[in-house]
Amino acid sequence: MTEKAKLEQTEDNTDLARRHFLKRLGMVGATGVATATGVAKAVNQPAWGGSSMLDALGDFFQDHYVRMTDQEKQDALERIQRKAKRKFGVDITCEETKPIPGTYFGYALNISKCRGYRECVEGCIRENNQGRDSQVQYIRVLEMNDGDHNLEHSDHYYDPETVPTEGKWYLPVQCMQCDNPPCVKACPVEATWLDDDGIVVIDYNWCIGCRMCMAACPYWARHFNWTEPQIPPEALNPVTNYLGNRPRMKGVVEKCHFCTQRTRKGRQPACMEACPTGARVFGNLLDPNSEIRYILENKTVFRLKEELGTEPKFWYYTDEARARS
Amino acid sequence: MTFFRFIKDAMGAALRGGPGYWLWMSFLLVLMGVTGWNYTDQWNQGLVITGLSDQVSWGFYIANFAFFVGIAAASVLLVVPAYIFHRKDVKSVVLIGEGMAVAAVLVSMAFVTVDIGRLDRFWHVIPFLGRFNWPNSMLAWDILVLNGYLLLNLAIPMYILWHHYQGKEPPLRRYFIFVIIAMFWAISIHTVTAWVFSSNISRPFWHTSLLAPRFIASAFVAGPALMIVILQLLRRFTVYPISQSVISMLALIMTVAMQINVYFVAAELFTDFYNETAHAASIHYLFLGLDGFDALTAWIWMALLFNLVAMTLLMIHKTRTNMLTLNIACGLGFVGIWIEKGMGLVVTGFIPTPLGEIFEYTPTLKELGVSVGIYALGAFVFTILAKAGIAIQLGHVGQGNPQMERLVANEGEKGKPAVSTGHA
Repeated sequence: MTEKAKLEQTEDNTDLARRHFLKRLGMVGATGVATATGVAKAVNQPAWGGSSMLDALGDFFQDHYVRMTDQEKQDALERIQRKAKRKFGVDITCEETKPIPGTYFGYALNISKCRGYRECVEGCIRENNQGRDSQVQYIRVLEMNDGDHNLEHSDHYYDPETVPTEGKWYLPVQCMQCDNPPCVKACPVEATWLDDDGIVVIDYNWCIGCRMCMAACPYWARHFNWTEPQIPPEALNPVTNYLGNRPRMKGVVEKCHFCTQRTRKGRQPACMEACPTGARVFGNLLDPNSEIRYILENKTVFRLKEELGTEPKFWYYTDEARARS
Repeated sequence: MTFFRFIKDAMGAALRGGPGYWLWMSFLLVLMGVTGWNYTDQWNQGLVITGLSDQVSWGFYIANFAFFVGIAAASVLLVVPAYIFHRKDVKSVVLIGEGMAVAAVLVSMAFVTVDIGRLDRFWHVIPFLGRFNWPNSMLAWDILVLNGYLLLNLAIPMYILWHHYQGKEPPLRRYFIFVIIAMFWAISIHTVTAWVFSSNISRPFWHTSLLAPRFIASAFVAGPALMIVILQLLRRFTVYPISQSVISMLALIMTVAMQINVYFVAAELFTDFYNETAHAASIHYLFLGLDGFDALTAWIWMALLFNLVAMTLLMIHKTRTNMLTLNIACGLGFVGIWIEKGMGLVVTGFIPTPLGEIFEYTPTLKELGVSVGIYALGAFVFTILAKAGIAIQLGHVGQGNPQMERLVANEGEKGKPAVSTGHA
């Protein structure tokens, strides 16, 4: 071992010892009374699963989102920011974005235009802070055979570098934001609900990870964090909100939320922005002049598994205009 | 005051035993330690240590959960003849059946407990304190009915044993209403558990109205099978009188239930395969494999074979009354149902996914490591309850007249009298 390496080793050890000491201090803080200044400092050490003791307690007792007072929400948002700083070393902003009155969102996707580039998938991941190791993807693009609408014949793992392939067409699937969502009904603790702007949202801090909603979803839209999601700090999107793209923890379910952090501020969802072919149209169903309303009124549209009665707010359409009388 | 002494004496009785008894209990504790060891890994790393995936998001844990709820429900098969038809031979063992129900409910609850991703948020499911999605969520219903069933099966035997402890006969009118409730409750727990699955429009394999009846029928096979074996073990290791007529009755119930169960399977196979729709993909995967994937095929055919052999052994009077062949039938039926209703039902529902992807599931060693101590927990709880209950029933513990004479007197007409081969 060279002198330099030895020196580094010693430094590492010192650092390790310091951290051990702090960790133990944190544990003492847990048992002690939090009045003494020394102890008050100690409870702020990240010895509690990457949190300080106070943050861990705050997380544990955090109420359901809709029951929290404004002050409790503010505390929760600050905890999320502190946690991200500790875990990723990145300063993020996390805010509460409420539904905009007078909006009810819907999505339409032009399957004549989609060529299966999967840019939407990538754009979504960059925007929404999905775990990179776990490869969670909110959008699944299925490569379908011409003349065939059977999902079981689709290819989920085609190579996006070689598309479009002869004899194939492409069907992107994501959360349909059902108006009659079976996942919401199934959740035993109301951790997921249909919000006022038609988006099905999740309180990641309330989810108990039972995965009942995943069994209930007919579109395979819901994904579980089987372990702590890993994101390279430089890849983290620091602009986040509570019900949307903030970093998630292990053991909870997540899914597409129509980019609430963007769309509730009048912006497009990331998948629409990323799509190179212009196949995606997002908009307010309550606005008679919106593009999505034009599509629903003038194009031949269909919805996936409509017979299940889930009332998806995600339509597929083709370039063929409907013949009008 | 008597009540506290009753609890203390009952616990004392449960903790008294010879070296064989302690060897057994230590063995179970070691297995529970194995669970603790493996669960620590799961706690730290998450459910990634299991073989589960977004594609197959429930597996071995939930399969066992569904199965053991059935075992718990089966105690009703002793409760009805004991309290409604006043069969004295059954009444003397009904407490054992209720003890089995308590153990089985705890096992199924423990399997759900290890399956959830955020155990630290358990308080979210506590009504009023948390946020309980009742009556919408079938899982909320399940939490409710399982806890209620646990309570009923603890309270009723405790009430009876407390009286026996004092040398009194408990007044039936005081607890009869709870017995009636417990009877309906038993059916409800397994029905609700079936509905946790069949309520999902996303999974055609589960989404059949036949699922709940199938659950009940198969529970009435696996439950009595386990009871028959346990009653023989108690007969061997305690002096508690267990009438052969109880075993004959359970064997008969098992025969009919197995016939119904096999008939239900046949009905499903016909409906799904006569004109095969896209919704038959899962059952096709289960029995024949799909696109070259067939991890469960050998298992389900084995289960079917086991069930058919068990049914045949049970239907022939000679082999049903012979203890050796009856025990073989019990073993085969128990394992057959465990495969069919466990992994066969739960995992198959996820394959293919709602988007048509085929992704298979195999439990990991760690997952099995977490599970092993949960079975042990059930055996442990049952042993304690049976030990304490039997000691009180025999009058070894208590303040009044021993119950034994009465119980042995009830034996009178049938079966061989219990012979002590062990120690109580």
